[in-house]
Amino acid sequence: MISRSVHRALILLFGLLPITFASAATPADVNRVVVLGGSITEIIYALHREERIAALDTTSLFPPSALKDKPNVGYVRSISAEGVLSLRPDLILSIDGAGPPDALMLIRQTGVAFVTIPDDPTPDGIHRKIDAIGKALGDESGAAALDRDVAAGFASLAVLRTRIEKPRRVLFVLSLQNGRSMVGGRHTSADGMIRLAGSVNAADDIDGYKPITDEAIVAAAPDVILTMQNDRHALSADTVFAMPAYAATPAAKTRSLVSLDGLLLLGFGPRTPEAATTLIRALYPDLAPAP
Amino acid sequence: MSRTAIVTLALLCLLLAGTAIASVGLGAVTISPSRILMVLRAALTRDPALDAAHDALILLDIRIPRTLLGFLVGAALAMSGALLQGLFRNPLADPGLIGVSAGAALAAAAAIVLGDRWIPGLLDGPWAVVVLPLAAFGGGLAATSILYGLATRDGRTSVALLLLAGVALGALTGAATGLLVYLSDDRQLRDLTFWSLGSLGGATWGKVAAAAVLILPVLVIVPFLARSLNALALGEADAYYLGVPVQRTKRIMIGLVALAVGSSVALAGPIAFIGIVVPHLLRLTAGADHRIVLPASALLGGSLLVGADILARTLAAPAEVPIGILTAAIGAPFFLWLLLTRAQDIGA
Repeated sequence: MISRSVHRALILLFGLLPITFASAATPADVNRVVVLGGSITEIIYALHREERIAALDTTSLFPPSALKDKPNVGYVRSISAEGVLSLRPDLILSIDGAGPPDALMLIRQTGVAFVTIPDDPTPDGIHRKIDAIGKALGDESGAAALDRDVAAGFASLAVLRTRIEKPRRVLFVLSLQNGRSMVGGRHTSADGMIRLAGSVNAADDIDGYKPITDEAIVAAAPDVILTMQNDRHALSADTVFAMPAYAATPAAKTRSLVSLDGLLLLGFGPRTPEAATTLIRALYPDLAPAP
Repeated sequence: MSRTAIVTLALLCLLLAGTAIASVGLGAVTISPSRILMVLRAALTRDPALDAAHDALILLDIRIPRTLLGFLVGAALAMSGALLQGLFRNPLADPGLIGVSAGAALAAAAAIVLGDRWIPGLLDGPWAVVVLPLAAFGGGLAATSILYGLATRDGRTSVALLLLAGVALGALTGAATGLLVYLSDDRQLRDLTFWSLGSLGGATWGKVAAAAVLILPVLVIVPFLARSLNALALGEADAYYLGVPVQRTKRIMIGLVALAVGSSVALAGPIAFIGIVVPHLLRLTAGADHRIVLPASALLGGSLLVGADILARTLAAPAEVPIGILTAAIGAPFFLWLLLTRAQDIGA
């Protein structure tokens, strides 16, 4: 009963045989796509190909209708192999970093077309995402058009950026729990966004999202505090600047606190030029109008 | 063997068969019972048409391995729990206590966080499937050996010392795991979190084969230790006069538990409460004789974990609820109830 599968599994286990995964469908006739990763969903909607999405993961928060209209397969890092296969997908688009690896391995073993989309919080990364998705869906022309839109967005963003005279130091605060600050250091999407907005990450001697001490906040001397806003909740300037660490920063003197939609800010999808533009406008309210 | 014992074991075998059938039959993909039989028959005759059939793949490569792995892991955890409770003469002893789980968790966390840093691509390549289990297994064995070394003086193993050293080592590995959590980026952090909840979701025939090699021998050997455990229940000195080579038996038992629990943590992550709940349920219904408790624990532990796994993968289908949440939700209230009703037995 099991010997064939056992044999195959053992070969896999010991890596003695390179395994090729057959592609079941050509890009043009994929009609049941399972999406693992919110920015992929966002791009497919931007390409107006959402009718092909059979199911998506719980990070697919934009557009908000997506999670209401489509079945969801759970959180992108705890996918169930049988759950995904139960949707009879003919293509799975998975963001780099989806998991667990075992479940993805099982899914690939069944021979369903499986494409991993790279995820990199830079403008180039967004282009690579769009191109990979367009190719997988057989919609290269749509992807090229979207690429042009996004590139135009980044171009006008670059123009806007040149008009920044004095870059401000921005501290991204991910959470403030029990008075403990978690901030965004280097190699985070918050850092990428602060750079796109022509500003300096005040926490760039930290790597990743990390808790930071009150003293380090004072030493970082941010001119602006950047936080995320979600449906129900945004940190208020009153709350933040009442805390001694923040009260001692330059940001407190001008009560500069910017709160933006979390997904828009950190999503790194087609809306990123728009997000960075919004952020520049919020960080530099006195920016001279276009000549 | 008494009649109650035979009836209990027979009922547990029926339960096992029932959960096995339910587990193979239920899932996100609906496969009719007749189709299941057809697929199984075709698999037996190695019908080549089978390789292309979607539902056959799901049945043979996902569901059946998952069910088998669930039985082996559940049986290993429950039987190890029964063995440790007997060995320590403490109804609260749990496989987590002797450091296996803590050591395994630390090594797995190190593999997740540092592995990628030192050897780029370690957790993405073809070795990914083997790295984490090997690390967890090695960590579990190392922690158990260290504890055993600490608790053994002049060839005698002190159970009290073993428990206390276990608490200390648990705190130490906990701190080290915490340090790794601090060092990890947000992707690794999510890997750590989900790994620590346990899951049978990654079951493959490769893992079933590994479990069969590592766990099955333990399940077969342990029931032969029942007489020694029954003698140990009278105290180590009495057991010695009854002819039990106490020191050697303790060493063998701890080694077997480390092997069984280390393997199960490596293959399915740490799954809590099976090891403490199952032996208790059995002692309440079938008495304290280890000749019954040990094999019955394996049968009930396997059935219970497979049952919990059926819930885990169907409750929110096509998504999956981490199984650790379910075993804790069932196990923790039971454990509290046990504490409150049997307070005098545990000396509280």
